[in-house]
Amino acid sequence: MSKNVLKVENATMQFGGVVAVDNLNMEINEGEIVALIGPNGAGKTTAFNGITGVYQPSNGAVWFNGEKIVENHPQGKMKKLYKGQHNGDYTNVLAPTPDKITKLGMARTFQNIRLWKSQTVFNNVLIAKHCRSTSNVFSATFRLNRKEEAKQREEVMELLKIVGLDDVKDELATSLPYGKQRRLEIARALAAEPTLLLLDEPAAGMNPQETDELTAFIGELRDKFKVTILLIEHHMNLVMDISDRIYVLDFGKLIAEGTPAEIQSNQRVIDAYLGVAEDA
Amino acid sequence: MNMTKKKTVFTAVVLAVLFAACVIVDMMLPTYHIAVTVIKKATVYALVAVSMNLLNGFTGLFSLGQAGFMLLGAYAYGVLTIPVAKRASVYQYFDGGAIHFSLPEVFGGILGEGVGGVVGMLVALLIGGLLAALMAYLIGLPVLRLKSDYLAIATLGFAEILRAFFQWNALGPITNGSNLLKSYPVFSHATPYVLVAGLMIAVILMLITSTYGRAFRAIRDDEVAAEAMGINLAKHKRMAFIISSFFAGIGGGMMAMYMGTIAAAPFKSALTYEILLIVVIGGIGSITGSVLASFLYIFSSEWLLRGLDSGTFLGINAPGIFKNGFRMAVFSIIIMVIVLFFRKGIMGDKELPDLIDGRARKRKKEAAE
Repeated sequence: MSKNVLKVENATMQFGGVVAVDNLNMEINEGEIVALIGPNGAGKTTAFNGITGVYQPSNGAVWFNGEKIVENHPQGKMKKLYKGQHNGDYTNVLAPTPDKITKLGMARTFQNIRLWKSQTVFNNVLIAKHCRSTSNVFSATFRLNRKEEAKQREEVMELLKIVGLDDVKDELATSLPYGKQRRLEIARALAAEPTLLLLDEPAAGMNPQETDELTAFIGELRDKFKVTILLIEHHMNLVMDISDRIYVLDFGKLIAEGTPAEIQSNQRVIDAYLGVAEDA
Repeated sequence: MNMTKKKTVFTAVVLAVLFAACVIVDMMLPTYHIAVTVIKKATVYALVAVSMNLLNGFTGLFSLGQAGFMLLGAYAYGVLTIPVAKRASVYQYFDGGAIHFSLPEVFGGILGEGVGGVVGMLVALLIGGLLAALMAYLIGLPVLRLKSDYLAIATLGFAEILRAFFQWNALGPITNGSNLLKSYPVFSHATPYVLVAGLMIAVILMLITSTYGRAFRAIRDDEVAAEAMGINLAKHKRMAFIISSFFAGIGGGMMAMYMGTIAAAPFKSALTYEILLIVVIGGIGSITGSVLASFLYIFSSEWLLRGLDSGTFLGINAPGIFKNGFRMAVFSIIIMVIVLFFRKGIMGDKELPDLIDGRARKRKKEAAE
């Protein structure tokens, strides 16, 4: 039994009267590639945001490497409005900001690419290393951190070589073609030295050939960087090819989990994607 | 010679030539000459503009509190450096004031009058900066939660309140109320201004090119991504705010030196707008641009366009049109032209070393054709 990396425990995310994620339970073990799929609006990205600290779950907890990092229970107005389950099971509030969660070893990419547009490819990756640097603002300004800076630059160069972006390192990030920008975003996330990599629709907007390349690339990442991967994706070929396990969300609820083969033959999943005839 | 080396040499040569020019002007001309005045005032403005650029241009925090922090720096400088013998006459309405020492004299006693005096003045400047930084920390606690225009309004309000506060009679024993602070020691030559401001700008430049500077720019480009990549937004924004205010405080102290007397009145929001204008004209996100624009702005407002206010301009004598205030009207038009046609400012986000790079690239292109 390999080590548990991420555990989402009874997480409910409610906005006003809308329950976006309803009692989600997920576990990801070390070295796995796990996919989170579901039709549009199923709550996948919301779940992502709940894990990475962008939003707080209304109720429930998130564990990372055996440590509880996020916990919340309905408070204030939400006390009355709360429609989810497990009300009262959680009493603490743990709400770290996204940067703290990243420092713990969880890095993400975004559905709509969010690179730093005035920066070069190299700097985009180098900035992600900032959270790992130990220098304070004085030692950095007066260049007392030369060794660390040199080491970071070296690591960034190595990383760029691995992801195949070393030849465009001095270009502006936004001048890259779309597929390479995606790659750069992943490289940037890797630079933050995560143990868990979260990819939010990495193949969005890619053509079939680019998608195939990306599939192979994600597989390589796991082996080369020893990361566990959680990804949201709509390209089923990609998902079925590389995932060890799949979670399926529909209307905020987990409707299935299992291996790609199990999911493909699951009637509820097929219904969710294709719809059920009204008179059936 | 490779490009980086070329750039370094180019930058060093340009800076050396400019510095030499300043020193020569300073030595050749009497200190009351308009050229010396322009250099003094422009270096002070350059420092403050760069500090504002650090915040508005590099970190993306739209703050308009610069005048307030300059006020703090100016008052700290004045209060700490007025000679003890002159305090009775300066603070004539407040029984000689509450403070009975003067830093240049204190250091003069230890290090000898000449060196100690200068050290005392510099220490007073530094204290002004630190005071502004401390105030920035306190103001930042509530204000930095705000974004864009709201932050601008809050910081602007703070600066105005501070100005009124310093004129309060109850603070008279320290700030001299609404009366002038004067008789403090100043650098009469322009070179010390250039040296101090140059050194400070160099430090800001080092900060901007360090890992923290890169983090600031990441926050400006995309806050959400910056936070997701482990950059603590609150901490870094506060840091940028405090550092920028520190340098604005030092700039304020130098402003006090340049003016010779200190009152709260000149530190109005109009001063902040002037600085903002310089930052925009120079290029948001360019240190070189801010410095260049400061010199151009001060040169034209103090010297070149002076005639527009005093009757004769370019040999045209028309006292009916060229009278007080016309200069500002012409200025407004120039500014509109710049905003309309050079939206990125003189330098965009380029720096001095990039100039040679651009030219080299163009040459290469021409050679290829």
